[in-house]
Amino acid sequence: MSVRRLADQQPDSFTFTKASEKLVTFWLNKYPEAKKASAVIPMLWIAQKQEGWVSEPAIQHIAERLNMPRIRVYEVATFYTMFNLAPAGEHFIQVCGTTPCWLRGADDLKKVCEKRIGKKGVVSKDGKFSWNEVECLGACANAPMVQISNKDGDEYYEDLTAESLTALLDNLEAGKAITPGPQNGRDCSAPEGEAKTLTEKSLYDGSAAKKLKLPNTAKAEA
Amino acid sequence: MSEDLRKIIVDGEEIEVPNSYTLLQAAEAAGREIPRFCYHERLSVAGNCRMCLVELVGAPKPAASCAMNVRDMRGGPNGEPPAMNTLSPMVKKAREGVMEFLLINHPLDCPICDQGGECDLQDQSLMYGRPQTRFAENKRAVEDKYMGPLINTIMTRCIQCTRCVRFVTEVAGSPEIGMINRGEDAEITTYLESAVGSELSGNVIDLCPVGALTSKPYAYNARPWELKKTETIDVMDAMGAWTRVDVRGTAVLRILPRVNDDINEEWLSDKSRFVWDGLQRQRLDKPYARVKGKLSAIGWDEALKIAADKLSGDAKKIGVIAGDLCALEDLKAAKDLFTSLGVTSIDGRQDGAKIGGGAREAYLFNSTIAGIDEADAILLVGTNPRLEAPVLNARIRRAWLERGVKVGVIGENADLTYPYEHLGAGGKALVELGGKRSGFIKTLKDAKKPMIVLGMGALTRADGGKVLRAAGELAAKVGAVVEGWNGFNVLHTAASRVGALDLGFLPGKGGKDTAGILKAANKGEMDTVVLLGADEIDTASLGESFVIYIGHHGDAGAHRADLILPAPAWTEKYGMWVNTEGRVQMNDRALFPKGEAKEDWAIFRALSAKLGRTLPYDNLDQLRAKMIADHPVLGGLDHAPGSASAGAFDVAKIGEAGEVTDKPFVSPVKDFYLTNAVARASKTMAECSALKNAPAAQAAE
Repeated sequence: MSVRRLADQQPDSFTFTKASEKLVTFWLNKYPEAKKASAVIPMLWIAQKQEGWVSEPAIQHIAERLNMPRIRVYEVATFYTMFNLAPAGEHFIQVCGTTPCWLRGADDLKKVCEKRIGKKGVVSKDGKFSWNEVECLGACANAPMVQISNKDGDEYYEDLTAESLTALLDNLEAGKAITPGPQNGRDCSAPEGEAKTLTEKSLYDGSAAKKLKLPNTAKAEA
Repeated sequence: MSEDLRKIIVDGEEIEVPNSYTLLQAAEAAGREIPRFCYHERLSVAGNCRMCLVELVGAPKPAASCAMNVRDMRGGPNGEPPAMNTLSPMVKKAREGVMEFLLINHPLDCPICDQGGECDLQDQSLMYGRPQTRFAENKRAVEDKYMGPLINTIMTRCIQCTRCVRFVTEVAGSPEIGMINRGEDAEITTYLESAVGSELSGNVIDLCPVGALTSKPYAYNARPWELKKTETIDVMDAMGAWTRVDVRGTAVLRILPRVNDDINEEWLSDKSRFVWDGLQRQRLDKPYARVKGKLSAIGWDEALKIAADKLSGDAKKIGVIAGDLCALEDLKAAKDLFTSLGVTSIDGRQDGAKIGGGAREAYLFNSTIAGIDEADAILLVGTNPRLEAPVLNARIRRAWLERGVKVGVIGENADLTYPYEHLGAGGKALVELGGKRSGFIKTLKDAKKPMIVLGMGALTRADGGKVLRAAGELAAKVGAVVEGWNGFNVLHTAASRVGALDLGFLPGKGGKDTAGILKAANKGEMDTVVLLGADEIDTASLGESFVIYIGHHGDAGAHRADLILPAPAWTEKYGMWVNTEGRVQMNDRALFPKGEAKEDWAIFRALSAKLGRTLPYDNLDQLRAKMIADHPVLGGLDHAPGSASAGAFDVAKIGEAGEVTDKPFVSPVKDFYLTNAVARASKTMAECSALKNAPAAQAAE
């Protein structure tokens, strides 16, 4: 993490689109009028989903909508690193660099990103990609991993290698669909390949269980 | 809040404190001093500096004493009262650890820091600092932020206590400072580095426990130990805030608030705090006389001779107008002199307020400033307290914030930092309010302690006396004045006004008031007009009359004057002022008058000898003794009468009967930063004013 500032280039204005407006209404309805400032994080998120990033006019607009001082919205937007304060690429890649991923080869992923996209936080020339290193995304069992955010949503791509990440990026560039989840054929965070432990059948048919005498019954349960 | 007492043991000593106390308060009750950075009595508790750690006996970890209540403490295993240690080795070690963390990123540039010598971090590191750091990495550096012409920022020094954020949000009511980013990168800033717009912004300089926010005008000027400190009274508004003037040599270098819970608590408005550079500019330091249209310096003897000559003419054609900053002694000497000369056209109300002459309660802030904390409904009529008395406004804000007190406004629809019900703009709304049955009138009627605050915007107009009556009738109708509570209030804007009214510095029989004097002078019917520091009048209408200006700044009055008699500013004389509550307060002299300036009363005393009407006092003590003998009410120093005589005060009979016009009430304070001659001479105030009026032009800086 480093000091986060608003981008130098800012749009002149910001308004929610009709689709965003629906989400805004949904979130505002959750809170009583006097506490509508509670909707600040959802509002910032909707703005980011709409524009790809949170601009200064968006902060102002949200402050007005929620009847909050601008500085309070600014504080929230800078506090949470999930809010991009500068434009991001069409596909925004967040590479987890925290210890488990790092031990499992996050450095290789970063190298791929640097080579394919460019510097951290800078949008590639074609506008398709940008990437950043983030702290733990909570998928350590499938390290190393990245999160790719685009108009289709925010998905985890796990168990990556330099090759599989390159393949993902190739597909994205070509406009092909990619599948979220582990990229090495693993089922969620189940062991790779066949299960090698706890394979005995008796573990699962109840035969290994101790016989219990249940209260208020005549004999011990079979 | 439960006030049940509870026994606790502090360092082995058993004491009894209210349940609601924090451990820090309890420790203070036991006479222990707890170090702190983020905690402040008048702000909400943040608990983020961790300096106030104490040991709870039986608990595995130390606890932040500012954020834990006595009621949450656990007793001993055998039913002993809960115990905490504030002096144990564990506490010392814990605090040393905190201090070490705080100093990791603190630059330790004390030799070039303005806070040096009065820095909490410096003081406390003496007790809890380690001899050297164990942190070998680079310190972080933070970019300085622009916060306006008053606040100097060196943000690397910031320890993120957030006192400034809490102050502007809670007390000042203009949430513009915040903490952005997080963790190691946290920074204090205003939104897009705009200037702080509050009239109370200077207080964050006092609040900042380190040198991150310091005073811009005072920057690199002096060290606190070089300054001579004098306890004075503020005269920039009618609140009479307690201040301390710091002087080195012949210059005032800063003005700081003193704590007085009945008046300003520990805040001070920006005008009162930063006006001091005006005391060094545009000063009148010699007597001047106008010769062939040009002012030229003359000696005192000659000046007094000219004045005596002019004043020995027809007393009917002499007018006297006193300004906003005069001390009681000045006014008393002037009144005695001119009355003995037979002058009746005397007025201490240069703004033409239609008050005075009757009961004292009719022109005082009777609820008292501290009474705002008890009021449960407030109606502001023709006043914008945010500009007229910002510190008082902060109290009204607190009443709204903490107790949900409803505020109604008749007058300008201005931003007062709290929500209010706007009931109308002019006199009609005030008159009609009394006839209504529902709405705000019901709030006032239902209130146990309603307050009606009448401002100068309502009283300085032609029908001011009638507005006064209308407000009085309303106060009577809602039961604002009863035994034990006087909810009728006049909020003055000038420090000298209540004193002038108390002294009866008003037109005598057949005398003219300010408007009358000016009108007559314009027609050529006045030979001589004496301006006692009166600058806020229309000097163009003084016509051909001979103008004697007695004052300290070369402002509008001196510009028009034919004879200038230099007098000291309030920091340069002993004097007494009466604040808007009717509280008589005494001022100490912080430094000597400039050049040949003489104290106002001494000028009148000298003049009286020349005129053969020698005043019966030769020194200030005799003058004060005479003044208090003539006006016993001025003898009660530091005492606000409040509701003492509320039972005998017939509020419905004040002012004059008649129809109130519907002209909108407009606050007399057009520009908060430039309300008097001293402020207009100040560069700092000019900058603030320019910023307020054209924020866009300054933002490019």
